[in-house]
Amino acid sequence: MKRIDAAYHVRGEAEYVDDLPQPAEMLYAAVFASTVARGKILALNLKEALALDGIVAVFAASDIPGTNQWGSIIPDWPLLAKDEVDYAGQPVAVVVAKTKVLAQKAAHKIAMQVKELPAIVDPKEAFLRGQIIGVPRTFVLGDVARAWSNCDLIVEGNCEIGGQEHLYLETQRARAIPLEGQTMRVYSATQNPYAVQKTIAEMLNLPHHAIEVDVKRLGGAFGGKEEQATHWACLAALAAWHLDKPVELVLSRLDDLKMTGKRHPYSSDFKIGVTKEGKIIAYEVKHYQNAGAYADLSTAVLERTLFHSTNAYFIPNVQIFGVSCRTNLPPSTALRGFGGPQAMFVIESAITQIAEKLGVEREEIQRKNLLRAGDFFPYGQQMQTNSVRLTWLEAEQNYHLAEIKNRVADYNASHFEIKKGYALMPICFGISFTATFLNQGSALVHVYTDGSVSVTTGGVEMGQGLSTKIAAIASRAFGIGIERIKIETTNTTRIANMPPTAASVTTDLNGNATLLAIAQILDRLKVVAAKELRVSEPERIAFADEKVLYAGESTNLSWAGLLEKAFLFRTNLSAHAFYATPGIQFDRALEKGHPFAYHICGTALVEVTLDCLRGTYEIDSVKIVHELGRSVNEMVDLGQVEGGLAQGLGWMTIEDLRFSDSGQLLSLNLATYKIPDVYFMPDEIAIKFLTQENPLGPYGSKAVGEPPLMYGIGAFFAIRQAMRAFQPTSEFAFNSPLTPERVLCQLYQKEFQEMAQKTAVNFRSQIST
Amino acid sequence: MTGQICFLLNDRQVCTPANSGLTVLDYLHHLARLRGTKVGCREGGCGACTLLVGSLRGEKVSYQSVASCLLPLGELQGKHLVTIEGLNQSRLSPVQQELVDRGATQCGFCTPGMVMSLTGYLLKAGTKISFEELKNALGGNLCRCTGYASIKRACNFLVTTTGNSSRENIQDLVAKAIVPEYFQEIPARLRQLSQSALENGKTTADFLIAGGTEIYVNYGDILPESRVKLLNQSPQMKRISSYEGKIYIKALTTFAEFATDPTIVKLIPDIQAYVSRIASWQIRNRATLGGNIVAASPIADGSILLLALDSLVMLNNGNRSRILTLKEFFQGYKQTAQKPGEILSEIIFPAPQANKINFEKVSKRKYFDCAVVNSAIKIRCENDVICEIAISMGGVAPIPLFLKQTSNYFIGKPVSQDTIETAFPILQREISPISDVHGSAGYKRLLARQLLIAHFSKLFPDFLQLRDFYTTN
Repeated sequence: MKRIDAAYHVRGEAEYVDDLPQPAEMLYAAVFASTVARGKILALNLKEALALDGIVAVFAASDIPGTNQWGSIIPDWPLLAKDEVDYAGQPVAVVVAKTKVLAQKAAHKIAMQVKELPAIVDPKEAFLRGQIIGVPRTFVLGDVARAWSNCDLIVEGNCEIGGQEHLYLETQRARAIPLEGQTMRVYSATQNPYAVQKTIAEMLNLPHHAIEVDVKRLGGAFGGKEEQATHWACLAALAAWHLDKPVELVLSRLDDLKMTGKRHPYSSDFKIGVTKEGKIIAYEVKHYQNAGAYADLSTAVLERTLFHSTNAYFIPNVQIFGVSCRTNLPPSTALRGFGGPQAMFVIESAITQIAEKLGVEREEIQRKNLLRAGDFFPYGQQMQTNSVRLTWLEAEQNYHLAEIKNRVADYNASHFEIKKGYALMPICFGISFTATFLNQGSALVHVYTDGSVSVTTGGVEMGQGLSTKIAAIASRAFGIGIERIKIETTNTTRIANMPPTAASVTTDLNGNATLLAIAQILDRLKVVAAKELRVSEPERIAFADEKVLYAGESTNLSWAGLLEKAFLFRTNLSAHAFYATPGIQFDRALEKGHPFAYHICGTALVEVTLDCLRGTYEIDSVKIVHELGRSVNEMVDLGQVEGGLAQGLGWMTIEDLRFSDSGQLLSLNLATYKIPDVYFMPDEIAIKFLTQENPLGPYGSKAVGEPPLMYGIGAFFAIRQAMRAFQPTSEFAFNSPLTPERVLCQLYQKEFQEMAQKTAVNFRSQIST
Repeated sequence: MTGQICFLLNDRQVCTPANSGLTVLDYLHHLARLRGTKVGCREGGCGACTLLVGSLRGEKVSYQSVASCLLPLGELQGKHLVTIEGLNQSRLSPVQQELVDRGATQCGFCTPGMVMSLTGYLLKAGTKISFEELKNALGGNLCRCTGYASIKRACNFLVTTTGNSSRENIQDLVAKAIVPEYFQEIPARLRQLSQSALENGKTTADFLIAGGTEIYVNYGDILPESRVKLLNQSPQMKRISSYEGKIYIKALTTFAEFATDPTIVKLIPDIQAYVSRIASWQIRNRATLGGNIVAASPIADGSILLLALDSLVMLNNGNRSRILTLKEFFQGYKQTAQKPGEILSEIIFPAPQANKINFEKVSKRKYFDCAVVNSAIKIRCENDVICEIAISMGGVAPIPLFLKQTSNYFIGKPVSQDTIETAFPILQREISPISDVHGSAGYKRLLARQLLIAHFSKLFPDFLQLRDFYTTN
């Protein structure tokens, strides 16, 4: 089944926030942000900006009537900086003008005097200086200290893991429209409408109900609009509230790159011990997370890092330490995978180092340690399925691992300049918000007398196909054509207190709520139908193919005909329902519990070709066996796997997020930050779904959004294998991304050292092309 | 209509008094209120704002896909501008339908640009459309959601559904609903439309704009309200010719024109492969060779190639012309020998005869990325001895660098591992790379060495291999 919004997309008719018709007298806002990463604000000079023709107002921290301090977990982040700035790109003032161009021009005219203070950009340095957010966490299984003595080989190592820019194609934006009686409607490109509602209300000293937030669709989000869309909606609302005029704020790409947070960089130290047969006995890891300047979602991201530190493996003795470190980078935030990718990269690095030391193939160690049903995770939950092994074995057989292994070995033996490499990448990703209370969904369903249906849920359509899946679920539950279903905007007046659209669970939560709401309406309709058909057992009535069935037999009562009657019988044709995932809990005092409804497993096989003369590589193919439930829409699920994979491949290879030592973003435009393009992605991508019935998902379906990203991790190890084919005796670092620069400089370490010495340090941070 | 810019916007004629330097993208959003074209980056780096511009070429209209964030409105004078709204018909076009059917849209924000690029290709394609060429058409369109797999499936289906028939006449495209019916009337309507040149000749212009693909990235905020002179309004500045063993390229020749010119293709058979590594289709349709030179970026791919071809440039101030070597033209970081009032009008180089030519470029992303280091070589040997050689290299100095000392050293030497290894220290002395976001200075030095090896191992595979350089280390 096709996506319900695709025809709008291809005709350019899909509406995003600023495509809605412009209200009369709308004004446009732009943001003035700090250019230094840390400092005391001495003075803010607005004179030149205000003197420009067409400038309406400039608002600073002192113009905020209510709370200038927000954050979903720890409210430590000022909407507008007051006395100090803690990252380059931190908003200080919002400029409002008659046109967008004018507003941006005026923002450039604002001058801020700052006493610059030394910035911290390294998480370990922040940790040593006591700059941490929340509390350090430790998960323990077995007894690592005692287990080392049972190991035949122990290796230690370090991973420096790069961040990642979301690069949603639609930059951050919002439009705020003041309405009668101190109320406001805000159109926001947010994954988190309730956070926007709440934060604006608190900023303006208004009750939550005064603010209506409406979200049609997002032009991509990937976590970047979960916590960080709130800021821009608040700034538009602040201006609209003061001026009593509609205000639109759309970040330019350069402002968006500079002012918003990205995936967390990590510095992680590992120690791993195995028997000589390759069985992992003990694993110890310390994750120093670069959280940036404010809490954002960092402690939750860190928690997921702890949960996924052993990825798809069972290790009997584990000690996992993690700490969020406060630095002077923009606050790091959610990005597809949410701390899981970093955790998995470290354990894969540790396994790789062991395999290299033992002189065996990486997959030999991986295979020996895969999770089985009944194994305990370090957080106390038991693995319910054998899906890790099933997908692994299926990938080995279906994609002919043995042949690939031989082919690569033969190729490498007969080629000097070009080497090939492959890697297997198993994943096991927990599904549920790790903050248990967030696992709630809502739906509001109306059936109209013509038989058409309106569905609102607490989930946001951001390209992931939520609307299509909810429509498919509703169509199936009512037994009517999908063209009868309309998925409404996400709106805080129709659904209250929704959690963010995140953690891959939005279809699970809101799809289940939709089913519950529909069940209420159907129960009422069955009574009407029973009367109409003059039968005594309403429970034997069912709905399919736009028909009313009785005892499995078609009747002459149609869906539309039934609705006409139902209205005359004064039947309630609307229902709201609420769903909360059952059976999940986590005790943070013990660091044990059952935080996940279920796990998503899969295995990828990545093949690459490396040009050892130039240090460049191509990803030849990616072949995946991915565990899926009974898919509600296989086209949408396939798209999620392929899209997540691309982001994971990019994160591991060419997406080179760079900050200077003084905290300035260096990869500050699309000329310097590269995401996969149509050529980077291999033409050969094979995906096989392994169907596993899921009692917790709507119609047995499973979550799909985040886990596939982590298949991309395989690219790092495939390239590394090719590097080792060229230089078997060299030590290579576990630092990501593995850019062509890192490849070449490690392939030619001696030459590179000589050449690096030739060069005086002379860094020009901005080079135009 | 004096002072107005008149063109066909989809199926209607418009005249606007807006400034020539306003971008077409801003015109669409703020003045025409057409919202289907999306803003992704305003630096030609994502393709979300891709549009088609049709120009009269004899009896027909030739369409090109361009990035509208870098396109000055004045360029539309007498042209046909096609936006996504102008492709929409009551039913979906085959391009739109395949994207829908293969689930090739997710958030939808990049989609209109994808539709434009694919349709632009179908309007240009010869008798046989191919998957590879469709992919090439999408080289400048980024998608962050799909990973391109579903888009490629749509392309594969397009190859079969749109068939192999001739695309020479627009009727065929209309019959297949690739474009709406009104496209058939466009040639006649464009002929009727005032073809009078834009009021453009003022000598007081603050900015001269050729393709605009560089200048709008750097000055996009001030160009819309500046006095600009659009050089493309002078068609005599677009031509490639050869005369007495020399190639003459008018400065406004685009990279797309350069790479497909029969003379050039004959002389440099791999030219299309080289040029495909430069920017994207949309950008190559606009970016000019002259603009690439005068922007004087130290990593300019065009300049690097032209340096190794021993190019001369002609500068003209309206009264007098002067010719100097391209080597002399570059004088410092973004400093050139161009004097105020001078325009680079022509590039001249000797037709390579028995020379071997190679171009190398290393970038983070293979396509649609700027070089960390790029290099070109032109070499001729007699009896296995190098008798003529020119090597250029970008990203290793403040200017696109002609490696004079390194080139000189090679003269009279045999092509051998020993010769090249002896050149390494000369090369390293001649370059002075700095660390920047594209790469560290040490990396660039290493790349300089590697690309020198690459040139020789590619041009003389029987003589040299990487292995030779490795085992002696």
